[in-house]
Amino acid sequence: MTRVLIVGAGPAGIRAAQTLAAAGLRPTVVDEANRAGGQIYRRPPQSFIRPPRALYGSEAGKATGLHRLFDDLLARDQIVHHPQSSVLGLSDGVAQVLGPDGVSALPYDRLIIATGATDRLAPVPGWEMPGVYSLGAAQIALKAQGVALGRRIVLAGSGPLLTLVAAQLLDAGAGVAAVLDTAPLSAQLRGGLTMATARPGVSLRGLALRARLGRLYHAGVTLDAIEGDPTTGPAAIRWRSARGRARTTPCDSVALGWHLRSETALAELAGAHLDWSPKWNQWLPASDDEGRAGPGLYLAGDGLSILGADGAEIAGRLAARACLADLGLLTDPAAQTRDLRTLGRMRRFAAGIARAFPWPAQMIRALPDDTVLCRCEGITSGELRATLPLSGPEANRAKSLSRIGMGRCQGRYCQVAGAEIMAAACDAQPAQMGRLRAQPPVRPAPLHALGRSDDSLNSRKPG
Amino acid sequence: MNDPSRPSGRLQRLAETGRPPLDFHFDGQPLSGLEGDSVLTAILTSRPDLRAAEFGPGRRTGFCLMGACQDCWIWQENGPRLRACSTTLRAGMRLLSEPPAEWPDSAP
Repeated sequence: MTRVLIVGAGPAGIRAAQTLAAAGLRPTVVDEANRAGGQIYRRPPQSFIRPPRALYGSEAGKATGLHRLFDDLLARDQIVHHPQSSVLGLSDGVAQVLGPDGVSALPYDRLIIATGATDRLAPVPGWEMPGVYSLGAAQIALKAQGVALGRRIVLAGSGPLLTLVAAQLLDAGAGVAAVLDTAPLSAQLRGGLTMATARPGVSLRGLALRARLGRLYHAGVTLDAIEGDPTTGPAAIRWRSARGRARTTPCDSVALGWHLRSETALAELAGAHLDWSPKWNQWLPASDDEGRAGPGLYLAGDGLSILGADGAEIAGRLAARACLADLGLLTDPAAQTRDLRTLGRMRRFAAGIARAFPWPAQMIRALPDDTVLCRCEGITSGELRATLPLSGPEANRAKSLSRIGMGRCQGRYCQVAGAEIMAAACDAQPAQMGRLRAQPPVRPAPLHALGRSDDSLNSRKPG
Repeated sequence: MNDPSRPSGRLQRLAETGRPPLDFHFDGQPLSGLEGDSVLTAILTSRPDLRAAEFGPGRRTGFCLMGACQDCWIWQENGPRLRACSTTLRAGMRLLSEPPAEWPDSAP
């Protein structure tokens, strides 16, 4: 039987697994979590008792449907599941997988990558302090652990998650001090019209959530600095209102995020071509409409195109059917056509989101030299700027010289802003700065575990 | 800063507080979490941070909580380092904010 490996068990990975299993294949699903669901439909540990409605709001039915679907596939032995496992690298049809028992080599014939996205971050002076988190972290803490990140939390950034997390925290009784959106209302109106045309119901639900934030919510702000102490964390955030009035909001925790950044490292290692997307202000993998990104390589979900959970479910089915069609197995062309049409609507909605909640390029270009850009190693934007006369406008050379992008997060949280700062200094666009090359292992692994992996690979392919 | 004489938690429990308690140690001090807590949750509901920053004077508390940023790796008295956000708390764990004297562990 053809060995299909699916990386990621979020909405895209689960739908891909279902589609392949329905055609009689038995795909292997590797996922980092204990329980399948992904981040947006992340499941708390089994002993937790809050009902799905409290965890997932209006999306409770979709979340529990996907969870049940995956559990059924597993119970009927239609899939193989490796939880708590990370794919570290891919080469010659073999995935190196780090699990609870070390690294093992997993050979495959076809690969479906559904690795999702992380928060897209922009530095704010002081963001390296303890108690500053990503917006996604604020949501995961609440959903998967039932905790708030502090007593007085400021949520700042932009994107649909900003409003959603704020409303969820308020509902749960958390202390939210302010919700600071860098997107001007004018941009939100322009993008919002596109969003409402493509998906009126979803847009209305978003507006209703926003209305619940009341006077906590401020649009069009500029974030100046998180004040506090590097050992104890935030005491306040300084910001300017849309009218330019200087404000200070006391807080003990800040959660930051500017919509999402696709997790593309494995797609790149698998041979996908990446293009700069001006719409999303990041590098995204190239694929055909169904997710084909190379020989035997299929991509789906937010790791391919930031369409959200509904779009990810569709993209997961599309990629799996493309894989089945390429294998000459029976598929459902009518369903494929239907899904492609719906995905078009998701793309129009996503284009509205991109317009409504833009990347704060000007704020980043104006960052003071002493602002930490790399949280991992405390490297400042000034140090990156000082590198440019030597490195020239090329991200990988600047990384070698400044270590921006070389820390333990492997550039996930600094590279988009780093490109913006370089581009500003060179009077150019971020696309011209090039892209940080993905490097295996894409997650840290103990050296002795990697040593074992090499042994097993060598014994598999002598010479 | 970790000051055992004035411990205070950073994270606030809002729900799911009826779970059975699990005892563990952090930097030699006995602490208690709840069954189903991540190591990060269990520590930060009682303490203000996880570890020192390697670069600069600050402390660290994790950042992404989804295994992507690698900010929350801490040590154990016996055994390998662990990522606090994605490791489930077990009773009796002996966790450290600093590497033990014999670290790095050279076990094969």
